[in-house]
Amino acid sequence: MEHYVMNLTLKVWRQKNTNDKGRFETYHVKNISSEMSFLEMFDVLNEQLIQEGKDPIAFDHDCREGICGMCSMVINGRPHGPWHRNTTCQLHMRAFRDGDVIVVEPFRANAFPVIKDLVVDRSAFDRIIQAGGYISVNTGSAVDANAIPVEKDKADAAFAAAACIGCGACVAACKNSSAMLFVSAKVAHLGLLPQGQPERKTRVLNMVAQMDKEGFGACTNTGACEAVCPKGISIDYIARLNRDYMMAALSSPE
Amino acid sequence: MKLDAKIPPGPLENKWTYYKGHCKLVNPANKRKLEIIVVGTGLAGASAAATLGELGYRVKAFCFQDSPRRAHSIAAQGGINAAKNYQNDGDSVFRLFYDTIKGGDYRSREANVYRLAEVSVNIIDQCVAQGVPFAREYGGLLNNRSFGGTQVKRTFYAAGQTGQQLLLGAYQALERQVALGNVIMYPRHEMLELVLIDGKARGIICRNLINGKLERYFGHAVLLCTGGYSNVFYLSTNAMGSNVTAIWKAHKKGAFFGNPSFTQIHPTCIPVSGEYQSKLTLMSESLRNDGRIWVPKIKGDKRHPNDIPEEERDYYLERRYPAFGNLVPRDVASRAAKERCDAGYGVGTTGQAVYLDFRYNLINKYGRAEASRRGIKDPDEETLVQLGKEVVKEEYGNLFDMYEKITGENPYEVPMRIYPAVHYTMGGLWVDYELMTTVPGLYALGEANFSDHGANRLGASALMQGLADGYFIIPYTIGNYLADEISTKPIHIDHPSFEEAERAVTERIEKLLDVKGTQTVESFHKRLGKIMWDKCGMSRNEAGLKSAIEEIRSLRKEFWSDVRIPGSANEFNPELDKAGRVADFLELGELMCIDALHRNESCGGHFREEFQTPDGEALRDDANYSYVAAWEYKGESQWELHKEPLIFEEVQPSQRSYK
Repeated sequence: MEHYVMNLTLKVWRQKNTNDKGRFETYHVKNISSEMSFLEMFDVLNEQLIQEGKDPIAFDHDCREGICGMCSMVINGRPHGPWHRNTTCQLHMRAFRDGDVIVVEPFRANAFPVIKDLVVDRSAFDRIIQAGGYISVNTGSAVDANAIPVEKDKADAAFAAAACIGCGACVAACKNSSAMLFVSAKVAHLGLLPQGQPERKTRVLNMVAQMDKEGFGACTNTGACEAVCPKGISIDYIARLNRDYMMAALSSPE
Repeated sequence: MKLDAKIPPGPLENKWTYYKGHCKLVNPANKRKLEIIVVGTGLAGASAAATLGELGYRVKAFCFQDSPRRAHSIAAQGGINAAKNYQNDGDSVFRLFYDTIKGGDYRSREANVYRLAEVSVNIIDQCVAQGVPFAREYGGLLNNRSFGGTQVKRTFYAAGQTGQQLLLGAYQALERQVALGNVIMYPRHEMLELVLIDGKARGIICRNLINGKLERYFGHAVLLCTGGYSNVFYLSTNAMGSNVTAIWKAHKKGAFFGNPSFTQIHPTCIPVSGEYQSKLTLMSESLRNDGRIWVPKIKGDKRHPNDIPEEERDYYLERRYPAFGNLVPRDVASRAAKERCDAGYGVGTTGQAVYLDFRYNLINKYGRAEASRRGIKDPDEETLVQLGKEVVKEEYGNLFDMYEKITGENPYEVPMRIYPAVHYTMGGLWVDYELMTTVPGLYALGEANFSDHGANRLGASALMQGLADGYFIIPYTIGNYLADEISTKPIHIDHPSFEEAERAVTERIEKLLDVKGTQTVESFHKRLGKIMWDKCGMSRNEAGLKSAIEEIRSLRKEFWSDVRIPGSANEFNPELDKAGRVADFLELGELMCIDALHRNESCGGHFREEFQTPDGEALRDDANYSYVAAWEYKGESQWELHKEPLIFEEVQPSQRSYK
């Protein structure tokens, strides 16, 4: 793999706090190696800003290996940037060329208010999980793990849904800021397993109700969410959620 | 002060049962009057908070990330051990116990390790009940893989994302308790001080990271579940925010620090590529199941790895350790890689890498099995490779993708280049059998304590320990303490001890911001990391450690006179957060070097060059160093050493052999 260095222009969204109106500011970075990660390029820029006595750009990040779901950023109009099935922290600078202009914004959604610059508040996702994204089993009351066999294909499908990292790219990509992909992944993960059956109906009803309450929009099946999902969560799970929801709504006591 | 580990009486296999049968209990009505603080929401913290909430205690849980689900346990890849013996290959609680004691090079406590092995089986049951989607066989039963330092298959896994799945299980259990009102969750909060009242842990001071305000919280007991401190090396496999601050504050308030220098260097990480590098990425140990590690037999061989014929490759682990081969424990594998690279056989542009090659098993293990399953007779090599790839993708797909994103190379076609990197810290706060530190009412769980892994942790045992501590141990042991606290009314946060603790935090933050120097926090952290890696890393010696101590002291001085932190205290200010963490690392680094210097032996991951066998293995000194070094903080650069002797009743320490 050939390595190269580049000079870049960045247009980055700056917003002091939730109430600030916010604006784009332009920065120049030089001698960026193609081997760097996108966030390492931001580290370089921030070191430069601190040296110049300016306020560094706030952005969320933690594991930097694509699994914690903390990094966000919309890069050139696309959540997590140009690479397919990728998080911002795993994006590397070989995706860019010398002289490129890169526009960086926060994940935008009413349910994800900006805290500062590129940092948003995604606690709505935690509250959706609180509404039913679990199997109610207290510690100590479990039976032997092999007592309930699970068909391999179902276990694999449950795992594929459970791979969601809760980053919120699906919401940021959706024109309606819908959280359906996130919610459906959890509903599918638990609903595919025998352990998840007792709460299957209440789970889907309550999680969807909480999603609506948080101000996420409706799903119109454009598929933008799946296209940007770093873990490749399929919109088939949304169809599955809709089936579960209908079934639960039609058969619930009220 | 004499250290009392409070090991229950009786034979090893009955100790935990005896303890559970005799510890004090708190009745349900009284539990509702008792408040517990849990700091950190990784496997240990989330499982503890959820379980204590289920029991009826009033729990407050804190994490610095934006959600408890982000804790770094999420990044654990390969798996979790449990002595289920589902594979019928000779596993048992005793074997898991024995492997862990031996893997830790006989520097851990028998009773703790036995209990860990004992509850390991309950963890798997619990996780499956929560809906953790472990890998399964076609018959619907759970699958296992093998890990280093063992000869059985006892590792449960979910592709290369086991930590994620286990953490989500614990996180969901935690959120359920939040919904029920048993746990109050405080994300984006960082603990900056421990509050002691009459010698007992009674609360914490936190900084709300969104608005910068300091907040006070009371608890009848405080649990620190804040993970390890590998980031003292700057470059490690830890998340960027992983830090020592919470346990360091506790240490300075009286909690002894156990074996601080015991660090695990993981053999299979993606090598450093440049000066700008911010972190290192692990490639799971499970890959050593199926990958063979080699370097060219010719020094400085620049040929493409695929052009180097079989007979010109040195599979040095298989050569040196025929019995365990590529599955030797991490410390042994790391040192062996360093030895080859130092001798000039390393590969890649820097020469600081070795190959991890999957082609052999792609063809011979997976390819052949798949061909046979599909009834393909006499398949050619390319067919086998294709079939093998499909299986490997299912097992490790996310890891291979990650490797390709970072390096731009396809590991299905070209061997991975890997090198050891700092990964885990076996050291941590000293705790007794009940997981209580030397401060009454203060507990440490998971990686934050020193307890179970001795001088080297076996792969897939960190997840096991975190969940054992949180789900199955603390719920019993904390009752034994809180039973005597049922008449203690919640202490108001206006109490002078809270005032004083908060004032100390305010002063420290002001002091940091007042330096107004010229160098960034990051630059200090990098320099500290370099000292630690060069002189307190994979191998250590007396002269190096002595000079490291001096260098760290002067770097710390420079930090406090020349660090530049932008912004103010009362706002969202990640640079200030980082500055506080680096300031603590600058103190911890010194203690790690002091500990490494005092231990005149090699054991596990602690390799002192002066103490090695003729063939380069770690040379222990059981006569003089068979103890836990527990350090008491006595003021800046001053520590007093306390020793907890390690008594082996069941296992006889011997020279570890993986040959």
